[in-house]
Amino acid sequence: MDLLNGVVALSNFVLIPAIAYGSQLALGALGVTLIYGILRFSNFAHGDTMAVGTMVTVLATWGLQAMGVSFGPLPTALLAIPIGILGATALVLLTDKYVYKFYRAQKAKPVILVIVSMGVMFIYNGLTRIIIGPDDYRFADGERFVISARTFRDMTGLQEGLALRTTQVITVITAIAVVAALFWFLNKTRTGKSMRAFSDNEDLALLSGINPERVVLVTWLIVASLATVAGVLYGLDKSFKAFTYFQLLLPIFAAAIVGGLGSPLGAIAGGFVIAFSEVGITYAWKKVLVYLMPPALEPDGLVQILSTEYKFAVSFVILVIVLLFRPTGLFRGKSL
Amino acid sequence: MRTVLLFLAVACLILGTGFLQSWNSALLILNMGLISAVMALGVNLQWGLAGLFNVGVMGFVALGGLAVVLISMPPVGAAWQAGGGGILLGLVLGAATVVAAVLVWARTSGKLRGWGTAAVLLIGMAIYRMVLDPSVAAVEAVDPALAGYLGGLGLPVLFAWPVGGLLAAGAAYVIGKTALGLRSDYLAIATLGIAEIVIAILKNEDWLARGVKNVIGLPRPVPYEVDLQNDPGFVESAAGFGLDATTASTLYVKIEYGLLFAVVLIVLLVLSQLALNSPWGRMMRAIRDNETAARAMGKDVTARHLQVFVLGSAICGIAGAMMTTLDGQLTPGSYQPLRYTFLIWVMVIVGGSGNNLGAVLGGFLIWFLWVQVEPMGHLFMSLITAGMADGSWLKAHLLDSVQHMRLLTMGIILLLVLRLNPRGLLPER
Repeated sequence: MDLLNGVVALSNFVLIPAIAYGSQLALGALGVTLIYGILRFSNFAHGDTMAVGTMVTVLATWGLQAMGVSFGPLPTALLAIPIGILGATALVLLTDKYVYKFYRAQKAKPVILVIVSMGVMFIYNGLTRIIIGPDDYRFADGERFVISARTFRDMTGLQEGLALRTTQVITVITAIAVVAALFWFLNKTRTGKSMRAFSDNEDLALLSGINPERVVLVTWLIVASLATVAGVLYGLDKSFKAFTYFQLLLPIFAAAIVGGLGSPLGAIAGGFVIAFSEVGITYAWKKVLVYLMPPALEPDGLVQILSTEYKFAVSFVILVIVLLFRPTGLFRGKSL
Repeated sequence: MRTVLLFLAVACLILGTGFLQSWNSALLILNMGLISAVMALGVNLQWGLAGLFNVGVMGFVALGGLAVVLISMPPVGAAWQAGGGGILLGLVLGAATVVAAVLVWARTSGKLRGWGTAAVLLIGMAIYRMVLDPSVAAVEAVDPALAGYLGGLGLPVLFAWPVGGLLAAGAAYVIGKTALGLRSDYLAIATLGIAEIVIAILKNEDWLARGVKNVIGLPRPVPYEVDLQNDPGFVESAAGFGLDATTASTLYVKIEYGLLFAVVLIVLLVLSQLALNSPWGRMMRAIRDNETAARAMGKDVTARHLQVFVLGSAICGIAGAMMTTLDGQLTPGSYQPLRYTFLIWVMVIVGGSGNNLGAVLGGFLIWFLWVQVEPMGHLFMSLITAGMADGSWLKAHLLDSVQHMRLLTMGIILLLVLRLNPRGLLPER
């Protein structure tokens, strides 16, 4: 019984949140890694692209809610995602046309493009703050729980409850669907194959008649969609705030680098590595250990390795460890 | 010629603020401009001279701020008695753990290596927490409303400036040792991360600098306004200029700060110029322009990068200490990467990367714009919304969002400069 209680507590406080957070990070890291693979620079504006997509979705959600549209037990925001994707796509395509294209034609060094993306980051950030404001918004509606802690306790008679929030289930299902679609696209379709060819060897791809502008266009489309979906899922799970999205840049980059920049599979693995370590290291393990350890050995403290404020430190330390021992990332990305 | 004209133009902008708004705000812009110029010099050393992409400026600036607290605040005796020794012992043990782990890793091989290192780390960290945690709790319990931290050394505040540079240099050495020699993107992410960690430590380690409770009332290197106003001699000479005592005292204090900052800026600028035109500077630029060739000539590229990275970060640390001294308080909650990292980058790029005078010019100009965009944006929005009905939703929203115009404007300025004049206002010679 104690063992079961321990397992339930572990799932409730560590496994489920980490899986949800990991899916969100993985989607974000996929965007970063695609840009890196195809356009060959680290896009510092990615966090704010997520923010813009989410902002449009939030506005559309409010519009739908005002019209009385609802999605039953599911959050209305899911209906609004396509509008968010449209908004984000329009913005990144405009940015590409008026900003990045110039440097691509010049064959500018990657670090120049990184600085350019810094400027874009400022603009996106300013836009988000001007349009929706810097405050915290919760836009999840519908049913809050699939199983609430109390229902679970009543059902099983265990001491520990297992709460499964709707947003967590939606996050995981959506992430799986999106990733499956992405991999199908990259591996099976002509456009996807041309993207991978372009990423592997630009000159050869050009020689075989692949249109680079088309590859870039499709990449931006995918990246904007991924960013919006990742942003909306994160926002549903927690809340929407422009500054938080900017801060997500660090764990997302850590995930992409840990997995191997340029490797989509690596981005997903990296997302989960980062999420599990963040949640695991900042969680107070006492609640779980109470059930698993004999009473004599029960810990006095909270058994929390680091306070939650240090979650950035966790992604950072993992990043450094990977860089030191395996600079190309877990999945052998295309870096040095 | 161009240099002189552009500096004159910026001087006119600041003087214009003095004539049109108030001399107090003009001097405030000048003082923060001086500090920004120092930060820009530091970043320019790294980016302009060596091509290192450091986006952790905020962390080094904050470390400089921490130095001010650690040097200038009087020590809190009760807190030292309660747990000062324990905290010091804990920190030493923590450092010893890391050293031991590195030694185990370096001296052993095979299976023992991984498990041995992990075991040392785990046991060491457990002991470290066991020693540190109770002492921290004891220190933070000492008069938490006013103290709750160890305090500083009680030395004159000006000592904090070089110490801030040293703290930043130490952090830069550690981060540079790990991340330099890897790809430039990795250095960027690593510095971005270390900056966030420094801020997290400042916010959470209350025993160090009171965390988000802020340390206020830091000692000043200049007299207090109140004392000046009570000094009959000062009031008399102020009256000689036709100023009342209150205005004169605030102006006097700001001018004195400005002179102190100007001395630091000029010293650093002269040193930077000497470095730029020395054989060392030419070597750095050669490394920047062609690493492979420099390596082939037998230059130790990673070591030179580490050197310039530490130097540039130290300059940012000095600037951070100066800024905290000017503010008179350390508020970890107010450090934001957009303001303290990316804005400095805008200064360097706009001013002209690789040109020290350019970085200084960019520091003044961009700081002026950062401050003045808000009133200008307000004017702009009033013009746009003039035709709209009063009380309309859109008008209120547009007027409200003026405060966020800054970010947008800075982004547009950065993109325009990169596109139209990528070498900046004062290009590298």
